[in-house]
Amino acid sequence: MFRTLLRRPSLLIGLIVIALVLAGALFAPLIAPYQPDAQMFDGLSLEGAPLPPSHQFPLGTDTLGRDLFSRLLYGARTSLLIGLVANGIAVLIGLLIGTIAGYFSGLVGGTLMRFTDLMMAFPALLLAIVLAALLHPSLWIVALVIALVNWAQVARIVYTETRSLAERDFILAERAMGAGHLRILVLHILPHLVPTAIVWGTLGIATTVLLEATLSFLGIGVQPPEPSWGNIVFESQSYFQQAPWLVFFPGAAILMTALAFNLVGDALRDITDPTQRGRG
Amino acid sequence: MLKTLSRLPSLPLSRSRLLRSSVLAVAIAFAPAVLAPGFVAPAMAQTPGGDIVVTYKDDIATLDPAIGYDWQNWSMIKSLFSRLMDYTPGTPNLVPSLAESFTVSPDGLTYVFKLHKGVKFSNGREVVPADVKYSIERAVNPKTQGPGAGFFGAIEGFDEFSAGKADGLSGITTDADSVTFKLSRPDATFLHVLAINFASVVPKEVVEAEGADFGKKPVGSGTFILKDWVIGQKLSFVKNKDYFQKGVPFIDSFTVEIGQEPLVAVLRLQKGEVDIAGDGVPPAKFLEMTKSPDAAGMIVDGEQLHTGYVTLNTKIKPLDNVKVRQALNMAINKDRIVRIVNGRATPANQPLPPLMPGYDKDFKGYAYDPAKAKELLKEAGLPDGFSTVLYSTNTDPQPRIAQAIQQDLAAIGVKAEIKALAQANVIAAGGTEGEAPMIWSGGMAWIADFPDPSNFYGPILGCAGAVAGGWNWSWYCNKDLQARAVAADSMSDPAKVKEREAAWGKVFTDIMADAPWIPVFNERRIVAKSKRMGGPAEIYVDPTRVINYDAIFVK
Amino acid sequence: MLALLAKRLVQSALILLGVAAITFVLLYALPADPAVLLAGRSATAQTVANIRHQLGLDQPLLVQFWHYLGNLLQGDLGRSFTQKTDVAPLILARLPATLTLMAAGIAMELVIGVSLGILAALRRGGLVDRLVMSLSFVGVSTPQFLVALLLLYVFAATLGWFPMSGYGTAAHIVLPAATLGILGAGWYARIVRSSMIDVLNQDYVRTARAKGLSRRRIVLRHALPNAILPAIAMIGIDIGQFMSGVVVVEAVYGWPGIGQLAWQAIQQVDIPIIMGVTLVSAAAIVIGNLVADLTAPLIDPRIRAG
Repeated sequence: MFRTLLRRPSLLIGLIVIALVLAGALFAPLIAPYQPDAQMFDGLSLEGAPLPPSHQFPLGTDTLGRDLFSRLLYGARTSLLIGLVANGIAVLIGLLIGTIAGYFSGLVGGTLMRFTDLMMAFPALLLAIVLAALLHPSLWIVALVIALVNWAQVARIVYTETRSLAERDFILAERAMGAGHLRILVLHILPHLVPTAIVWGTLGIATTVLLEATLSFLGIGVQPPEPSWGNIVFESQSYFQQAPWLVFFPGAAILMTALAFNLVGDALRDITDPTQRGRG
Repeated sequence: MLKTLSRLPSLPLSRSRLLRSSVLAVAIAFAPAVLAPGFVAPAMAQTPGGDIVVTYKDDIATLDPAIGYDWQNWSMIKSLFSRLMDYTPGTPNLVPSLAESFTVSPDGLTYVFKLHKGVKFSNGREVVPADVKYSIERAVNPKTQGPGAGFFGAIEGFDEFSAGKADGLSGITTDADSVTFKLSRPDATFLHVLAINFASVVPKEVVEAEGADFGKKPVGSGTFILKDWVIGQKLSFVKNKDYFQKGVPFIDSFTVEIGQEPLVAVLRLQKGEVDIAGDGVPPAKFLEMTKSPDAAGMIVDGEQLHTGYVTLNTKIKPLDNVKVRQALNMAINKDRIVRIVNGRATPANQPLPPLMPGYDKDFKGYAYDPAKAKELLKEAGLPDGFSTVLYSTNTDPQPRIAQAIQQDLAAIGVKAEIKALAQANVIAAGGTEGEAPMIWSGGMAWIADFPDPSNFYGPILGCAGAVAGGWNWSWYCNKDLQARAVAADSMSDPAKVKEREAAWGKVFTDIMADAPWIPVFNERRIVAKSKRMGGPAEIYVDPTRVINYDAIFVK
Repeated sequence: MLALLAKRLVQSALILLGVAAITFVLLYALPADPAVLLAGRSATAQTVANIRHQLGLDQPLLVQFWHYLGNLLQGDLGRSFTQKTDVAPLILARLPATLTLMAAGIAMELVIGVSLGILAALRRGGLVDRLVMSLSFVGVSTPQFLVALLLLYVFAATLGWFPMSGYGTAAHIVLPAATLGILGAGWYARIVRSSMIDVLNQDYVRTARAKGLSRRRIVLRHALPNAILPAIAMIGIDIGQFMSGVVVVEAVYGWPGIGQLAWQAIQQVDIPIIMGVTLVSAAAIVIGNLVADLTAPLIDPRIRAG
């Protein structure tokens, strides 16, 4: 294991970044110098402008006089939570639809895959925007919207794999011996899909973190005052020229986190299946 | 940066501080009876000529005067068309425009307007009284789907026509050179109604020929003609050389460029590429420019007839308790909120903005006093506070202001969850009974259609608005005050103007005893103009037009 | 081949029908009432009812959808609630802007991607190669709005090389197109690199080299045309990504395309416009996938749509 890590510095770096973000999120209450939603009177200049990084506020303050560092730490919680929940749901839906469609080819499988094609034909961001406007957004709704947009890709990949599995000799043999569909699916097909699920579970977190940030940046993501890296940028846009740190610190956080998950996911993909390479 | 097109179903009326100190005392005391008929040109040294560039972020939806109702197209429609009545530039003073003169019957029910002779539409045809009747009927006609129909409710035959039971307004009759309006009830605001965009005169034959395209190919008899429109990019207006008031307008043309970020527009303006940045100055840029000597003379900072408020839904527990509503009024630190918007507003204590006739400057309202607020909550049986929901639109800075309000409420134990939604969804929640306990009105705040206090009551605080789909989001209906409001609006006798304004003022301060709103601040309008643009500030933040293209000029 | 094409065309049409149905149901389930918004604040209940009736909003959902489909088949996307004009010309008027932006974005992606890919393939394990391999990941991990703001800050606000926003001249398109193209370029470089390595190892290239043809000639004449094909096929699959990117990029740069139109329409619940833009985008995605699917076997029998 350790040797694998050494041979793949990108995997090591990715894991370190993820560990750091995770630690920041878990121990936010201990690390953060202030409450994330405390609007401090001395956090704004007399004219109401945010303050640059200083001794008192390590990364400066935002447009409401809140400590940016504290908000970034708590924002990590939001991003990771949505990343795990939304992507978890997406992978589950994708696994369910993909295996069923792949295993029961024919009318059921055909219908399910046409539906998957349909979902993939939706412009993802547009669909997410419409959904987010339709459902009053909250952290969980945002997670749900992202899951609804993202599952189709997983379903496609799982479908292809299940199809090829289902035609393999050992499955055909099982079936000939009279094994039930459920038994075959659970005992013989799903275990083979675990690596795929892990790879896409990891890569998908990167996509999810990015999509959440984009929705929040458009003002239809996580509701204030709950900090998310995307809505911090949203609230700071009007000052981005005078106070660029308000945009670039959360931006860097998004980039680092998404990059880390992409690197780890890619490394996992190489380890589990060196022949398969595609776009994350 | 991502500002969406907020379709403000209202028009920002604004006037400058300069005006307030000098002319305004007179202006507010105006009365229809003391009107000097005829166009009163502002007394300043204007030079004719010049082509200017104006920018906006959002697309112009339509230039059809029966339909257009957002603040970008409002001033353009004003200049494309003419109406029976208009205002002296930069003031709320009514003057006859297309009308040469008019008379009002003593009972206030009959208005007769004599039209100017020889006024021509830009297609060359003369404007006749029948055009006035056609145009107003078109605005009321249900088939037009216009938002302004309700303004003409006092004209006889309105109910039948809008229900589709008649083919016109029986209360409008015409002869060779005049138009007569018969009203079913006295309406003290009727002259203002004839000055709003929906009363603009349009040529029937062109409207019918163009059909739905009239909004993109408008023909009127105003100061400017639309020459060219590249959808999503720019509109070119040129001076109407045949405009019936000689010497108006001053500039030869103006080009409206669309899709320009406010910040970009201001930067271009500083480079001299743009003359007026229509969307105003972003806060950070505003702070920078007010400090910079280079930017002197570029910032126009004008007060407008605007109030930003929080509605307290009187039909939702525990906000149905007046003590709770009063407590919330005392909990808000308005000075801090004003700081968050960089001082571009002043704290408010009553629904009417300071420049509106009827504003009570001696009224103190509810001072910021969290301790007393807590006490009131205790009296109301809520010593530990309560949980509620605060709605807001989702464009910056509104969610930030909502968070400032949220923090103030938390200080007295009230936990408000914020729902920042697309404007359409907030409006829908407000108009659904029992849905939205509190709404921060920012981005949708009431800005008057015309400078009269009645405009701040009916739809947003009166009983008529407290219905499903209505705009009275407090669902507040005080029968007693409603009766006083109706009485005030019937005082159309010009001699009673002062009395009427006082009556209205008292209605609004008495409303505050019931505390259905938390008035938060009155926002000023900040516009940037290039140094070559001349004229006083108030024609760039005109009370009835926003930018008054008829009055601005190049130095 | 023709039968396959026909089958795929029917499938695509059905997918678009499904997109239309789902979007329609979603939009009409919105809590906001377009009639109330249109009527404005001073409207009477009667005005609101009139407008609702005029828009046909008082009819059952199925009837409304049936009408919509009927009109759709005739190329009629309905009338905008707020602008009171037909949606199709509104979208058509803005489509050139979006297509220009996408074309410029794709061109930038290809130019950067292909050049880096070739360099990386020619010097495997070298600096460029390692840079490409890591940057491709940075590209897909960066939010588009961040790049948009960064480019604005550096090249427009600070250096003043390009205009901050607007439309019309070549200078205007550079930053928006760069925002769209820069992030994906690394990934295209990756694809070109690996197909280039494949091609360079093939017999005909070895033969050419043995014949003493110049390295430059081999790469440009023989290897490149084959190596670039997978990248072009990738574009078809990527149309969806571009469509999403366009919403953000147009919003930040004030680019007058259909993304901006959709964003404004969503704020105003202008359902016909939202429907129209969704359908146009979905059609673009379906066509993109179709082209990618149909060309993939022609280009390289090893590439099959997965």
